[in-house]
Amino acid sequence: MSNGARRMRGLAALTGIAALGLAACSGGDEAPANGEHDEVTLEFTQWWEPELPDGEFRALIDRFEEENPGITVELLSGPYAATREQVVAGAAAGTMSDVVGLDGAWVNDFAQQGSIADLSQIMSEAGYDDSQILSQVQVDGATYMIPVVNFVYPMFTNDEMLAEAGVDAPPSTRSEFVQAAEQVTALGDNRYGWVLPLSLETPNGIQNDVMSWVWASGGSMLTDAGQPALVDNDAVTSAVEHVQQLWDAGAVAPGAFTMKEQDKVEEFTNERVAMMISSLAHVNLIREQNPDLDFSIAAIPAEDGYTGERGIPFASWGIGISANSEHPQEAWKLVEFLMSESVNAELASMANAFPGNSDSVPDFVSEDELFGAAFEIYQAGYPANEFTGLPVAEQLMRSFSEELQKALDGQQSLVDALQAAQSRWEEEF
Amino acid sequence: MTTTQPDAGTRPTPAASGRSRSMSRLRQRLAPYGFLSPTGVLLAVLMVTPILMVIWYSLFDRAITRPSTQLVGFDNYLEVLSDDVFWVAVRNTLVFTSSSVIAHFVLGLAFALMLNSELLSPRTRAAFRVLYILPWLFTVAITAVLWRLILNPNGVVNYLLGVLGLGSGQVEWLSSPSTALAAVTFINIWSGYPFFMVSLLAGLQGIPKDLYEAATVDGAGPWQRFVNVTIPHLWPIILSMALLDFIWTTQQFALIWMTTGGGPINATEMLSTFIYKIAFTEYDFSVASAAAVIVLLLSMVMAVFYVRHQKARN
Repeated sequence: MSNGARRMRGLAALTGIAALGLAACSGGDEAPANGEHDEVTLEFTQWWEPELPDGEFRALIDRFEEENPGITVELLSGPYAATREQVVAGAAAGTMSDVVGLDGAWVNDFAQQGSIADLSQIMSEAGYDDSQILSQVQVDGATYMIPVVNFVYPMFTNDEMLAEAGVDAPPSTRSEFVQAAEQVTALGDNRYGWVLPLSLETPNGIQNDVMSWVWASGGSMLTDAGQPALVDNDAVTSAVEHVQQLWDAGAVAPGAFTMKEQDKVEEFTNERVAMMISSLAHVNLIREQNPDLDFSIAAIPAEDGYTGERGIPFASWGIGISANSEHPQEAWKLVEFLMSESVNAELASMANAFPGNSDSVPDFVSEDELFGAAFEIYQAGYPANEFTGLPVAEQLMRSFSEELQKALDGQQSLVDALQAAQSRWEEEF
Repeated sequence: MTTTQPDAGTRPTPAASGRSRSMSRLRQRLAPYGFLSPTGVLLAVLMVTPILMVIWYSLFDRAITRPSTQLVGFDNYLEVLSDDVFWVAVRNTLVFTSSSVIAHFVLGLAFALMLNSELLSPRTRAAFRVLYILPWLFTVAITAVLWRLILNPNGVVNYLLGVLGLGSGQVEWLSSPSTALAAVTFINIWSGYPFFMVSLLAGLQGIPKDLYEAATVDGAGPWQRFVNVTIPHLWPIILSMALLDFIWTTQQFALIWMTTGGGPINATEMLSTFIYKIAFTEYDFSVASAAAVIVLLLSMVMAVFYVRHQKARN
């Protein structure tokens, strides 16, 4: 063989290897090998494991595997944002894991896309009694997500700062709240009454810190048919007017337009604001970072004179099953296990959250005064989060945030802001 | 002594010899393509295919997220071009990019001249070299977090301004629509100038000293030496760097996203954040693809300038 020919063959071989390598890299969308025919491996993508104490979630899943011989669960864990991108990509490519951790804000899109399974049907096929499930996220009457644990968002108050401003107890009505916020702000020394995160990067401030005022007074931002109702709706109008009143009074901590949830908690922990609406999950963080902070938890203030049940915003670790799963029955067994009374209580205790099973009672409720108070608020009211299950929920929050920012910045009136947000929401619906 | 002659039976006939020659010529002609083929395969898989897929998606309605989509032609392009926020993003991107590139050049050149100066001792120069290059060593995430803290209403900048009596001490640098774009541009300038500085410093060190000596003998002052010796020698580097920096800065996403998220309102909305929001919060990959194709076309204009410039240099 001549040198030239040898070189040519070498090159051809090299090219072939390169192409094969690339083909190997681009492959991998096949279902995981299940080994034995009677062995089933379930993939479970979620962001929960990294947020729980080391090894505890795996231990819970190990128990499931022991109770269900023949089913192995492979946990695919990552941070929330990475999980979200992975689930979105999996939904688009049809390679979603058998069981997926879901946020209520994603459900509508995945359900419309047909990438997550109708759980109502699976539950009825399995003969499951769903009366013990506290809430179900539905699209067009069918359940697509079950909240496994809920993180509620009550009002946190810095009691020492309130006392210094002459406020004896956490406010329970909006006017008391405005007065308390103004009194704290009047203390000066760079301290403010309230904190409002309106970042467009993570616009969940609209859900937790703005619409929470609507739900706390029993209001709704949607019509009975589930369509946007931002205009000619007294509940929404009075809530945003309340926000504007606090803003105009200078009682809101500066930097609101780019502030994120973690900034809000930081402002409260560092004693720069007296009141915030935040997740119960932040209690331990606040205690860790400022052990001397004297704070308590109360229900979000309602409109003056309101006596009905108060909605309390919540975020969930939801669960769903992939529509492409080859093992929906086994996947359901895992969901059923996590929703069972004792396991759900155990998981809620690990996460410092409230259980999705109405019969479960987590340990920390009796062990910790603050959590006990929060559980009472939770039980006295009802979990409210109208963004759950809406189409492109995050985008709805973002567009509302943009319009509210324009109003607070004086570029438009509140009425115009609500009108503009209504039009933008209608486009998405 | 014996002589051997090739066996007449194995001697190539004129026709066979012609075939062998043409095969050899063919091999010679194909060899370069063989060498190029691994790169070609890589480019096809990693560059051409994704670009073609994005162009393909841009012509459909709700590609990827809907099980069945239909061809809508250029409707997605019209939707993007008729969106006011798109034009705000174009304007912001131009302001952000142009200011960044000019400031990168000015700062990079000034610091490079300083680091190349004989007036400083080698130790001082080494210390400044480390100091000036530091911003380049931080990842974008660190840069964003760092500057969010520094520019926080309760941050260091406001504190210093307050102490010096230069303001109220409560400026919302990143949260006010009137200062946000300037603030993110400043952060980008801070994080990007060392790249210019290092390249220009390498260029400066390559200029022969004789030229400066000759210019001095001819009576040229420092400014004339700078304009007539330094700048002409650095010009090819300046042009290449400016074009590359322009292309890179138009694609800056992480810094904007992590500091302002495109806000407040849409004061720092860039083309990159505009596309990201359509794709990953509205899940409308078709419209996002159309916007991305428009950006690709705009970037290609700059790329053409860059390639032409490189060709001219060669």
